[in-house]
Amino acid sequence: MIRTLISATFFCAASMTQADTLKLAVTTSFENSGLADVLLPEIEADLGIDLQLLVVGTGQALRLGEAGDVDAILVHSRVSEEVFVADGFGTHRREIMYNDFVLIGPKSDKAQIGATSGAAESLQRIADAQATYVSRGDDSGTHKAELKVWQIAEREPATFGSWYNAVGAGMGTALNTASALNAYILSDRASWLNFKNKGDLALLFSGDPVLFNQYAYLAVNPAKHPTVQYEMAMQLEEWFLSDKSAASINNYQINGETLFVFNGQK
Amino acid sequence: MNDISHGLFAALRLIVTFDAELWEISLRSLQVSLTAVIIASAVAMPFGAFLAVQRFKYRRLVISIMNALMGLPPVVVGLIFYILLSRSGPFGVFGLLFTPWAMIIVQIVIITPIIASISHQAMRELWAEYHDLLISLNTSKWRRIKTLIWDGRRNLLTAGLAGFGRAIGEVGAIMIVGGNIEHATRVLTTAIALETGKGDFALALGLGFVLIGLALFVNILIHWLSRTEREGRW
Repeated sequence: MIRTLISATFFCAASMTQADTLKLAVTTSFENSGLADVLLPEIEADLGIDLQLLVVGTGQALRLGEAGDVDAILVHSRVSEEVFVADGFGTHRREIMYNDFVLIGPKSDKAQIGATSGAAESLQRIADAQATYVSRGDDSGTHKAELKVWQIAEREPATFGSWYNAVGAGMGTALNTASALNAYILSDRASWLNFKNKGDLALLFSGDPVLFNQYAYLAVNPAKHPTVQYEMAMQLEEWFLSDKSAASINNYQINGETLFVFNGQK
Repeated sequence: MNDISHGLFAALRLIVTFDAELWEISLRSLQVSLTAVIIASAVAMPFGAFLAVQRFKYRRLVISIMNALMGLPPVVVGLIFYILLSRSGPFGVFGLLFTPWAMIIVQIVIITPIIASISHQAMRELWAEYHDLLISLNTSKWRRIKTLIWDGRRNLLTAGLAGFGRAIGEVGAIMIVGGNIEHATRVLTTAIALETGKGDFALALGLGFVLIGLALFVNILIHWLSRTEREGRW
């Protein structure tokens, strides 16, 4: 009996050992967009590596990189990324592509945010109407982008009343909350298009350059963490900047809409 | 309500078409949780019996702590083990973070108190019955523990299954130390969390029904194998 249990344990253990792999922390918006499902097989075929994605918020991705628990990160929050490199956790920052954020809200659009001159004005109208609003509130790249627009709109989220709901969750969970509350929310376009529980929500505002969302790739500095797979991470960076990657990124569409624009420079 | 019927339909479709990814994550769920249950039981069951047989100064305190640990919040266990297993942490050199082993370790920590507590309860009652006999036969401590474990094996099975139930349905801790990596550490519960995040409630529910079915299957299989709840047997 005991012998069977022990051999069963070892059997379980033996089948779970794995080869050398590259761990890449990416943001939820990148994964939810579906682009990862397109790029991952291409990368694995071209480079012959086992690429493992850790889907987390930008804040957590940066922490994972700082701790050396991943080999590289793909995130979208420029200021935090520059701090990451300045502190020596990354060797350099390489821009890959961008997409954009959009404002989502109830179809009735009671705060009238659809017809404004800019994203800041749209948010001002939401604040003035005290319309129910859902914020990521999780220190992610999307959350930081939202805070930047509030700053331009000269409104301070800390002073907002109960209409402002900081859910402290990923994009999908936040969208689910917004759908349930029939609330306004800032989302990246890709997550919104792939989201399947839209309910009564619709895309109300987009196109302001302030809403552009730059993704960058940062390899973790091997001087800080000798265990990271720096060489492999560099191969991946080269692949991301290749013409093939550019074509795959630019050609990726959902419902006929282009989501990402490649702007990497070698 | 409609979502639930869609969920049932999604579950049926995944099972009938032998969806490769479903098989993979279901097998991994089983692998991780069963390994955790086996290791945790090997520690917790003898410990529970020991607590029933042996009298020592801080016995009550140990039992109280063990019972309190049954309510360990998985997220906290996950976070603590993330910090311990991180490359920058004390056990970073083993490179266990974001592997199935990290998930097994946190599950062991979560379910050991549960298995030990239920085992202790069962062993205590059995000990009350066997006490005079085993003392009068002048058996050793180890002999008494072995006797209790063997004769109380049906109750210990319940303890193991309770641990298994907690382990297979757990998501907070394994999400943090496993990372929900596709083809590496994704299991049923983390996949459900992921699909809920994508707003695909039908698929999430479908996976949920598969998870419930799996737990049911394992319980029935083990009862069948150990021939409990049958006529003429206790």
